Amino acid sequence: MAKGDVKLLTMWASPFCMRVKVALAEKEIAYEEIEEKDLMNDKSDLLLKSNPVHKQVPVLLHDDKPIAESTNIITYIDQVWSAKPLLPECAYEKSRARFWADYIDRKVHPAGRAIWSSNDKDEVEVAKNNFLDIMKYLDGTLGDKDYFNGDTFGFVDILLIGLTSYFPAYEKFGDFKLEDYYPKLAAWITRSWARETVSESLTNPEKITNFVIMMRKMFGLE
Amino acid sequence: MADEVKLYGLDGSPFVCRVKIALNLKKIDYKFVVEDLRNKSADLLKYNPVHKKIPVLLHSGKPISESLVIIEYMDDAWKGAPLLPKDPYEKAQARFWAKFVDDKCIPIVFKAIVSHGEEKDLAEAHEQLQFLENQLNEGKKFFGGDDINLVDISATFIAYWVGAAEEALGLKLVSKDKYPKLTEWCDNYINCQAVKDGLPPREILLGFFKMWFATPNSFVYNEFLNKSS
Repeated sequence: MAKGDVKLLTMWASPFCMRVKVALAEKEIAYEEIEEKDLMNDKSDLLLKSNPVHKQVPVLLHDDKPIAESTNIITYIDQVWSAKPLLPECAYEKSRARFWADYIDRKVHPAGRAIWSSNDKDEVEVAKNNFLDIMKYLDGTLGDKDYFNGDTFGFVDILLIGLTSYFPAYEKFGDFKLEDYYPKLAAWITRSWARETVSESLTNPEKITNFVIMMRKMFGLE
Repeated sequence: MADEVKLYGLDGSPFVCRVKIALNLKKIDYKFVVEDLRNKSADLLKYNPVHKKIPVLLHSGKPISESLVIIEYMDDAWKGAPLLPKDPYEKAQARFWAKFVDDKCIPIVFKAIVSHGEEKDLAEAHEQLQFLENQLNEGKKFFGGDDINLVDISATFIAYWVGAAEEALGLKLVSKDKYPKLTEWCDNYINCQAVKDGLPPREILLGFFKMWFATPNSFVYNEFLNKSS
């Protein structure tokens, strides 16, 4: 349903942008994607004007009013386009979803980055174990449910699945397979990627792994 | 009792204080359970097994942790003074600024204090504080407008803890010259009854900072940096 003009400022390798794209797809919201050409060296005027504090993507522009920070954007989308809610109805369950959102936001991507951003064997081992500890908690909260949200794909699912294009790169440089440790979580990843809203919104993991290799070259690790 | 509210925490924690202020604003009666961070209670470990940190709010036996998550929960669960705007866009702005205070402002301000005003830390702290200063438009008593909201509450550390640390250290970070609107906001905020009733006595904070700066306590430092929010 059209509720004004929607634009999304993105960068193809940003998992935080991928999350928002999944949410927009789940809500069937039409939008214009505006990709940053060179996020690292030459940010666009539109981005700098829309997010002067962090100067980062994603930024949602709803009738030219900017909203920044991916979790914040998705919460906003859920409220304005209220059909098919992504967050649970009950106040307590909502708080649980927000708790896990905060946990995922603080922990997952930095922990994954630590795995590939070093060549020191001991450091990589520590980073891998730290990442797996985080996965343990997520696997525990998923339990036997199909999705973090229960029977339906929801808020926490979207926040986590958006980060998973990077997981094969973590597995490659950490020399491990998530399914060997947490098969339920690995199954959730597969189940979620089977959704068109996810597979069409997330960047191909192979492309991301090549991006990580390029970053490693930049840091003198390759 | 079905509706019983308990708050697990410590007086000196600015994150616990946020929740106390929110409870006061909503006029909710609660029982305060004091935690010893070096000897965490079985209840705390049960109610916050992931982070094992304060504050934890217990409502009708159900635990909620992370201060900003707790405050959002309170706004969903209880009527009374709204802690967030109703309009979705304004709500998103409030959430953005509360997270900014949490993720950017407080850590660098704390770091600048701890490093005794090291040049690079100070410069970065001033950069972030300037964003806050700019948010207080003309005529705005609080970040929430006429009334306190989530952003004001999230910045309690700036309003109260920073002043005590500045006095203990003899360092001025948030001066009236540089931050006329922010310093006025600090005065307005800490003089609100609901806030006053939630703040620890200033002498306690002064004593803590003086002692800490004399003999830096890495336990407290790490607990704070890892954040009890």
